[in-house]
Amino acid sequence: MTVAIGETEKKMAGAPLLAGILGVLALLSMFAAAATPDPLFRIHAYLLMAAFTLGAGGMVVGISTGGFRETDRYMDGVIRAGAVASMFWAIVGLLVGCVIAAQLAFPDIFYFPDFGFLNFGRLRPLHTSGVIFAFGGNVLICTSFWVVQRTCKARLFGGVLPWFVFWGYQLFIVLAATGYLLGITQSKEYAEPEWYIDLWLTVVWVAYLVTFLGTIWKRQENHIYVANWFYLAFIITIAILHLVNNAALPTGLLSTKSYVVWSGVQDALIQWWYGHNAVGFFLTAGFLAIMYYFVPKRAERPVYSYRLSIVHFWALIFIYIWAGPHHLHYTALPQWAQTLGMTFSVMLWMPSWGGMINGLMTLQGAWDKLRTDPVIKMLVVSIAFYGMSTFEGPLMSVRAVNSLSHYTDWTIGHVHSGALGWVGFVSFGALYMLFPWLWRKQGLYSLKLVDWHLWIASTGLVLYIASMWVSGIMEGLMWRAYTPEGFLQYSFVETVSAKHVSNVVRLLGGLLYLTGAGIMAFNLWKTVRMPSVAAGNSPVDALPAPNPLAPATLPAE
Amino acid sequence: MSDKQKHSDEHTGVDTTGHVWDGIRELDNPLPRWWLWVFYATIAFAAVYWVLMPAWPGISSYTHGVRNHSDRAAVQQELARLKAARRADAARLTSASLEQIERDPALQAYALAAGASTFGDNCATCHGAGGAGGKGYPNLRDDAWLWGHGTLEDIEHTIRVGIRSDHPQTRQSQMPAFGRDGLLNGNQIVDLTQYVVALSGRQANRGSVARAAPLFAEQCASCHGAAGKGNPDLGAPDLTDGDWLYGSSPDAISSQIANGRGGVMPTWEGRLDDETIKAMAVYIHANSDGR
Repeated sequence: MTVAIGETEKKMAGAPLLAGILGVLALLSMFAAAATPDPLFRIHAYLLMAAFTLGAGGMVVGISTGGFRETDRYMDGVIRAGAVASMFWAIVGLLVGCVIAAQLAFPDIFYFPDFGFLNFGRLRPLHTSGVIFAFGGNVLICTSFWVVQRTCKARLFGGVLPWFVFWGYQLFIVLAATGYLLGITQSKEYAEPEWYIDLWLTVVWVAYLVTFLGTIWKRQENHIYVANWFYLAFIITIAILHLVNNAALPTGLLSTKSYVVWSGVQDALIQWWYGHNAVGFFLTAGFLAIMYYFVPKRAERPVYSYRLSIVHFWALIFIYIWAGPHHLHYTALPQWAQTLGMTFSVMLWMPSWGGMINGLMTLQGAWDKLRTDPVIKMLVVSIAFYGMSTFEGPLMSVRAVNSLSHYTDWTIGHVHSGALGWVGFVSFGALYMLFPWLWRKQGLYSLKLVDWHLWIASTGLVLYIASMWVSGIMEGLMWRAYTPEGFLQYSFVETVSAKHVSNVVRLLGGLLYLTGAGIMAFNLWKTVRMPSVAAGNSPVDALPAPNPLAPATLPAE
Repeated sequence: MSDKQKHSDEHTGVDTTGHVWDGIRELDNPLPRWWLWVFYATIAFAAVYWVLMPAWPGISSYTHGVRNHSDRAAVQQELARLKAARRADAARLTSASLEQIERDPALQAYALAAGASTFGDNCATCHGAGGAGGKGYPNLRDDAWLWGHGTLEDIEHTIRVGIRSDHPQTRQSQMPAFGRDGLLNGNQIVDLTQYVVALSGRQANRGSVARAAPLFAEQCASCHGAAGKGNPDLGAPDLTDGDWLYGSSPDAISSQIANGRGGVMPTWEGRLDDETIKAMAVYIHANSDGR
């Protein structure tokens, strides 16, 4: 299944051009570092210069040694890199999450006045971006590259472009993360990176879109598989959200600071239109795509209902985009907009559950695997948490409920049941399947360790969510408690100190979840170190008959 | 190629759609009925809600809904109702003297409830949840008062005008930074520190105390008094008791002589209404050993 050499040469056509562009960018970064009066901007200019120089150097080495001449039918090197990066950023993001949980539980111990960059305010976006964009983003990019190639029977489009997407995205992560620690932020939640980092992400994202669309264009299947609809919806919508929400005017071309063009309540509305659809299209649509490929693959069963996948896809896409205003109940946002946000969130319930039904019912005829295969168990738990949090979400969007839940830890618990339960577990499941495929192993190093990971992480998850429910509802009730004379019964600081025990339990839950991820990283490392299955050009060729305990279903040709 | 490989699924007996992608097929199951009906129900709920409540924007206005509900109007009404219910108590509180408040249990309960609630969200940030203070923030539960004598009127006045605030009648004084501004040299500050330690009845270096006596009389006595008993009109603390705003150790004392720190308390006049300020004064007064 090798491609002709001529075609390989064509595929590399982009490489010298990209090397040239990176070289020019490195030069420009050097000038920027020299000319800027802003010390923070200078740090980032140096960082960019180093990255572009390394990139250009890598390209030159690659071209001269023929390193890009992958002759496999599918381009899997970049997916291997993405899978490793996913695991790496998962550990980083979860670790920072545990640190800030410790800061909330023991503010007098984990407070470092001499190291301002370790303040909660600096670390919190590091955690959220670390888990959402660094971990989640890498999982989405690498699984989408795998899925689109297999379900289109086409090699990734764009020659070196997929590698540019991968490294460009890592550069975005490093710029964003170092920016948070340095205090470079535009103070928009989940969109903290400043203008030049946003511009860089735009370039990378367009390259991602081109790669993905190009691959679909080249496909040798008549129809486009449902997973690819979801991936495409995720890529396109995130691009639009990113561009609109980050529209900003920098104070100078050599300055880190910019001002967002939106202001007041319009800014708030756009921010939450962005924020909620980051949940909708990044953390829901994207990961549903993962589910639609990896669950039927692992269960070796057909997807439950093609019709349901069509209807719930379009319903989800159409309705999600309206739901953002539910983040702004009882604020300066006009009440009619709150009504629309709430009602569309309620209507979103069933379209979300369509994915859950299709995921769970795909196991029809394969439920026995739950006894023997911890990876399937992990995927099922993730779908269950998906169902739970997509019910809880519409519930919390109802104004009467929201008046209690808003601004409390309940919201934090809700987010984490989605993030740790759904996004985390479905990603872990996919990675447990991808690693043996990508490194051509017979199976995972240890399924027992997967089971340990599942149980430890699930315990942590339950502790996390339960403690946040308790503390969220408690503080919500304390905030609205009145004395018989009609005065507020509790001062704010009393509600904070009342949450201490819950905060400690939350930290414990987070540590357990992190422990699970550590076990997983170890397991995957040992898997990679196992002897490879004798391989042809494609991992499927030389594999032995499926072992019921190993990831049996391998990509068919 | 994958198309039209339609076959019946062996397990469920349901036909597949005939598509195959990388080994994945799809069953041709219909939409689950319960799913569809719940979806319709949520749409119906939304439609009813739109009819009842403000919902859809137009060019210059929006559909107000049958109930014509407005959050803002509802909040205004609720606040007005509360204010009306409290009007009698509030009016009595503003004009009552301390003795009158103490003689009227209902009024006192009202004042303490209002004061506690306001204190928790406005004062506790600096003075601590119970008013116990901290370094640089006076303890409000004892009988040591920097400004005034702890009478209800004194406390109320402090809350009203603040300390070194931007209120025109703010309580105002400034201890010089004797060290930083070079008014005294290092040895003199060491001596003075020992003198202040001695003033508070503790063991101190006799030589230093003797050398510092004229210095104290010259530089400090004008505010703190010849005997160091302080002056509550100037916010000059009593140096002979056991209460120390910035710490009792010789290091803390010498740092205060060198730097002359003075805290800022904002004015609450204009931010809180008269009866709330009065209620807070009653609350603080009741919790302290004020007179």
